[in-house]
Amino acid sequence: MQTQTHTPTHAAAPMPPPMTAAQTAAEPKMSIRGLDFYYGQFHGLKNVSLDIAERRVTAFIGPSGCGKSTLLRTLNRMYSLYPGQRATGEILFHGRNILDPGVDLNMLRAKVGMVFQKPTPFPMSIYDNIAFGVRLYERLSARAMDERVEWALSKAALWDEVKDKLKQSGMALSGGQQQRLCIARAVAVQPDVLLLDEPTSALDPISTAKIEELITELKRDYTIAIVTHNMQQAARVSDFTAYMYLGELIEFGATDALFFKPQRRETEDYITGRFG
Amino acid sequence: MNAPAADVAGARNPVYRRRVLVNRFNLVMSLATMAFGMAFLLWILWVLFANGFAALSLTMFTQSTPPPGSAGGLSNAIFGSLAIVAVATLVATPVGVLAGIYLAEYGRGGWLARSTRFMNDILLSAPSIVIGLFVYTVYVAQVEHFSGWAGSAALALIAIPVVVRTTENMLQLVPASLREAAVALGAPMWKVILMVTLRAVRGGVITGVLLAVARISGETAPLLFTALNNQFFSADMNGPMANLPVVIFQFALSPFDDWRVLAWGGALLITLTVLLLNILARSVFRQNAVR
Repeated sequence: MQTQTHTPTHAAAPMPPPMTAAQTAAEPKMSIRGLDFYYGQFHGLKNVSLDIAERRVTAFIGPSGCGKSTLLRTLNRMYSLYPGQRATGEILFHGRNILDPGVDLNMLRAKVGMVFQKPTPFPMSIYDNIAFGVRLYERLSARAMDERVEWALSKAALWDEVKDKLKQSGMALSGGQQQRLCIARAVAVQPDVLLLDEPTSALDPISTAKIEELITELKRDYTIAIVTHNMQQAARVSDFTAYMYLGELIEFGATDALFFKPQRRETEDYITGRFG
Repeated sequence: MNAPAADVAGARNPVYRRRVLVNRFNLVMSLATMAFGMAFLLWILWVLFANGFAALSLTMFTQSTPPPGSAGGLSNAIFGSLAIVAVATLVATPVGVLAGIYLAEYGRGGWLARSTRFMNDILLSAPSIVIGLFVYTVYVAQVEHFSGWAGSAALALIAIPVVVRTTENMLQLVPASLREAAVALGAPMWKVILMVTLRAVRGGVITGVLLAVARISGETAPLLFTALNNQFFSADMNGPMANLPVVIFQFALSPFDDWRVLAWGGALLITLTVLLLNILARSVFRQNAVR
C-alpha cells in the first residue's frame, strides 16, 4: 500500500455529519462511512460512520453482540476469511476504500495489525514469533533482525523478561507475557494501525495494568482501536470512545465528554450500569 | 422437603437407592465386556508369543526363506516388507497430508470438499482385497509381472485415506484465533498453513502417519495380487518381492513344520513392530498435543 495516492474522490462528496466535533483535534487515519455488515442474512452493523484518529486510542464499548468486534474485524478485512460475511460502505485508509474487491488483503493486514482476546503465540520460539511477520515483507540481515526483535519486544515491555530465553517456545510463557508477545509481534512489522480486540479480558489485573500502560506508550507512534468490555479501561486508555448497541453507533466522542456528559440517554444508562 | 437431605446414607430414599443399583449394574456390565475383549486379545498374544519366541533366532534375520527341510530365515521377506512399506509411506504421506490440508483449510464445506470427504470415507473402509485386485487389474496385468512397486501402490492406496482423515481432524482442532493471528500479520494462506497451523498439530499428523504405517505393515491380501512373493533375496522393486505377510500366509498353510515355525516367527515380528509403532505414535502425540 502506497502512502502517496491520488486525491480521494470522496472529499467532494457529501458526507454524513460527523458525530461530534471532538475528533477535529487529530487527523483521521481511517474514515468509516456508511458501513453496513452482514453475517449471511443478519444485519450486524447498521450505517456506521466515524473516524479513527491518528496516534490516538479509539475505544469501542457496548454490550455483547453490539457489533464492536465486528467493526474492528472490518478494519483489516478479517471477515473476508469467512464466506457469507460481507460489508458495504466505505472505509478509507490512505485514500483508498479498503472494502473494494481489488484491495490486496495481505498488504492491508501488514499495515493494520491485530491482537486478539486470547493470546495466540505461534508454535515456535519467542524469537521466531516476532520474526515470522517481519520476514513476510522484509529481508533483513541476521543482525538487523536481532535488533528488530529486541526493539519490538522492548516496545511491548517484554524484553527484560525474555531476553535470556529467546529460543524457547512462545507457548511456555505466562498468559500476560504471551499477550505482550502478540503485541510485540504485531508491532514488529511496523503497521500504521493496531487493532486490539479485548486484549486484556483473559488476563489478571497486573498483566492488564501492564498492557494498559503499553497502550498509552504505543499511541505515540501508532493509531490504536480497542474493543473492550471494561468501561473503566476505555476511560483510562482511550482518547475517543464509541458506544455501540445492536449494530448501531449510538454515540461517539472524546472519552472524557462521553463518560462525564453523555449526550444520549442510552449511553448514560450503559455507562452508569443501569443497562441490563 | 428437607427430610431426604438429612438422610446421609440415602438408605431410605427409594429414588436414590434405585440409582445406586443401576449404577452398580452398569459398572459390572461394562467391566464384563471389557474383560471379554481383553481375554481374546491376551489369548492371541499368548499363542503368538508361545509359538513365535521358539522361532526367533539370528538366522531368521540373516538367511532367506528356505526350501522345505533345510535351514533358513526371513531376511528376504523382512527386507521386502520394509522396502514396500517405506515406498508406500513416502507416497502416501505427502498426498494424504496435502489432501487433508485441502479439506480442512481450503475446501471446508464446499461441494468438492464434501464429496472428497465422502470418497475418502469409502476408501477408508474399502476391503483391502479389492484394492489389491484393482492394482492387479490396472497395473500388474498390464505389465504382465508382479512387482514391489505394485505392492507399494496398493499399500499407499490403503494408507492415504488414513493420513487424510487424521490430518484433517487435527487441523480442525486448531483454534480459529491462531489462524486469524497469522492472517492478521499479512501472511498468505499457504504460509499460515505451513508455518503455523500445520506446525501446531505436527504431533497429531505424525501420529496419523505412524498409525497408517502400522495398518499397512500387516496387510496381506493386497500384496498377494501385487508383490506376490520371492524365494530369494531381491532388492529389485520392479520384480516380485518377498514380504512378511505373504510368507506367513504361505508358510503357515504349508505341511512342513520348519516353515510353520518360521511363519510364527514372522507373525511375532510384525505384531511387535505394529505394537512399537502404536506406542511411538502415542508418545509423539502426547509430547506435541494441540495447545
